[in-house]
Amino acid sequence: MGAEFVALSLPPILIGVLVAVACALPGNFLLLRGQALIGDAISHVVLPGIVVAFLLTGLVATGPMLLGAAGAAVIAVVAIEAVRRLGKIEAGAAMGVIFTAMFAGGVLLLEQSDTSSVHLDVEHALYGNLESLIWLDATGWGSLLDPVALAGLPVELPRMALALLVIAVFVGLFWRPLALSTFDEGFARGLGIRTAPLGLALVIMSAIAAVAAFDAVGSIIVIAMFICPPAAARMMTNRLGHQVAWSVVFAVLAAVSGYVLAGYGPLWIGAQASVSAAGMIATVSGIILGLAAVAGPHRTRNG
Amino acid sequence: MLADALLLQLGYNATLVTLGAALLGIAAGVAGTFLFLRKRALVSDAISHATLPGVGLAFVVMVAMGGEGRSLFGLLLGAGVSAALGLLCVQWLTRRTRLGEDAAIGAVLSVFFGFGIVILTVIQTMNAGRQAGLEGFLLGSTAGMLRSDAILLAVSAALVLALVLILRRPLGLAAFDPGYAEATGWSLPRIDLAMMGIVLVVTVVGLKVVGLILIVALLIVPAVTARFWTERADHVVIIAGVVGGVSGYVGAAASAVAPALPTGPIVVLVGFAIFLFSLLYSPRRGVLASVLTHLRYQRRVHVRQGLLALANGQPIYEALTRRLLARSGLILPDGVPTAEGQAAASKALLDETRWAIVRGDQAYALAATRYDGLTPIETVLTPDQLTEIDGKIAAPRGIA
Repeated sequence: MGAEFVALSLPPILIGVLVAVACALPGNFLLLRGQALIGDAISHVVLPGIVVAFLLTGLVATGPMLLGAAGAAVIAVVAIEAVRRLGKIEAGAAMGVIFTAMFAGGVLLLEQSDTSSVHLDVEHALYGNLESLIWLDATGWGSLLDPVALAGLPVELPRMALALLVIAVFVGLFWRPLALSTFDEGFARGLGIRTAPLGLALVIMSAIAAVAAFDAVGSIIVIAMFICPPAAARMMTNRLGHQVAWSVVFAVLAAVSGYVLAGYGPLWIGAQASVSAAGMIATVSGIILGLAAVAGPHRTRNG
Repeated sequence: MLADALLLQLGYNATLVTLGAALLGIAAGVAGTFLFLRKRALVSDAISHATLPGVGLAFVVMVAMGGEGRSLFGLLLGAGVSAALGLLCVQWLTRRTRLGEDAAIGAVLSVFFGFGIVILTVIQTMNAGRQAGLEGFLLGSTAGMLRSDAILLAVSAALVLALVLILRRPLGLAAFDPGYAEATGWSLPRIDLAMMGIVLVVTVVGLKVVGLILIVALLIVPAVTARFWTERADHVVIIAGVVGGVSGYVGAAASAVAPALPTGPIVVLVGFAIFLFSLLYSPRRGVLASVLTHLRYQRRVHVRQGLLALANGQPIYEALTRRLLARSGLILPDGVPTAEGQAAASKALLDETRWAIVRGDQAYALAATRYDGLTPIETVLTPDQLTEIDGKIAAPRGIA
């Protein structure tokens, strides 16, 4: 638990925690609004956005990729809404049509273009590579106070922290209108809250979380964190504030224990190599949800 | 090359796979229609993602038993078992807890998929895992299939299609009119179970062809596309089957030409292209049709209001109205009505006056609901009624 831990495990764990919390916060509201699968759709369409950004700029840089991914997310949301209204089609089916088509387009573009020289492939997009985000400049706990070493932190860490900050500020500022429009949209509109832009803002916040997290951890963990911690928290309480707090606790728990289990678990049982941290974090969040669904105090519909 | 592939000239295996994919596409289109109409389209997304741990564990078990671990049948069996488990989890979460079906779907698909990834990384560290090729199950790959696998695929796709066709009657009843289905003695939960069973089988068989991430599209896209072309229940099913079959056929054929390309995305994009065409050009619900209907309506309103203005002797300033009236020869370029225009204007005014009386009279309350400012009153009332109404029109009063 010394220098090696700080250099190899601390940054991935921190990034995992930041991702988990950044996704779980908007996830609470999406869950209560019956839009839980928006996170699923967004994290699929991020891929074509990133590929197009790469093809246009020719480089794997953070800025263009974030822009491309965010653009794809907005296009997807608009397209889903358009298909739903134009064809009078149920929201779930409209979503299924759009995100699968965009994901398929992204995969084809990726396979057709010459991306062999850069680190961009479908597997990476799905389950990322959390373990590779190491901090080579760290020599021990003291490095946390050393500005030179801190400059060598994986770039994903500050980026994710910024995304979490933006999302937390949004949720904090708009807590009351968000809560009102989530539980009683008509009443909220009666009070003069503009619910449609607010709903879109919530989706954009989710997109920010998904896009920022995507590069570091892949889409599967993003979907899991949008849904599992809030869903588990939903079984614990009937109060929105408490639910959000529980979801943050569950998200942190899943991220930390998932990473530790993936990195050290196999060694404890005598295996040689570690397993996918992103997959393990998603699995642990599912186990937490399962426990909450079996034993949570408010797990049934009428309690 | 592509023409050869489409004409099934690329050898026995490729032909078998292409035909199998087409049969699978038909089955998926038909099964997906029932799923879509029951508003449970995305349940199939949970089912398909839940297959991954099964595929991985089946590989591990087969290797542990001394095999090579690549038997397609074994892998698909594992996929089926874990998909069924995932489906049970969705049902249990939806019924026993307060979570909605969408949250249950999202939770199951992400957790099962995550666990599957964990198992895949375990396999990568196994000695036999180097050439496992399980990634092919993510996005589908039909290139270089073994003869036995191709036969398995084609036969099981044909069986699924037969199953769907045998069960189409109860499934259709439950999808289009659940109340009637229950009243005539069918058990809805059982029909739903059968439907989910079929979706599960379609998913498992399609795993190698389309891949588990995109198979949901093969179930949803044909049904949504078919909905644009018809309002009739039996036709939706047939059209969805055709769209699914074409997607599967073209997708598999194209990937036989370019082995590097995963099959799934091609299948999905072919289906999506058909969908996009339908969205834009379908005669009743398409975007183009709605735009045309709207323009036609707009023109009728402008002409009608212009004629009323003429009848009342008011000048018309609005450019579109003037243009429309002039084009149909009702006014001269300077805005003065022609003889024809005067006749049409008087007719419009009479119509409007008759309507005003009808709307002011309780005896015509039902007819008054048909008023929209455009419908000619002769199409609503009988000549006798019109005569009666005309009697009520105040005669022009002389100026005293």
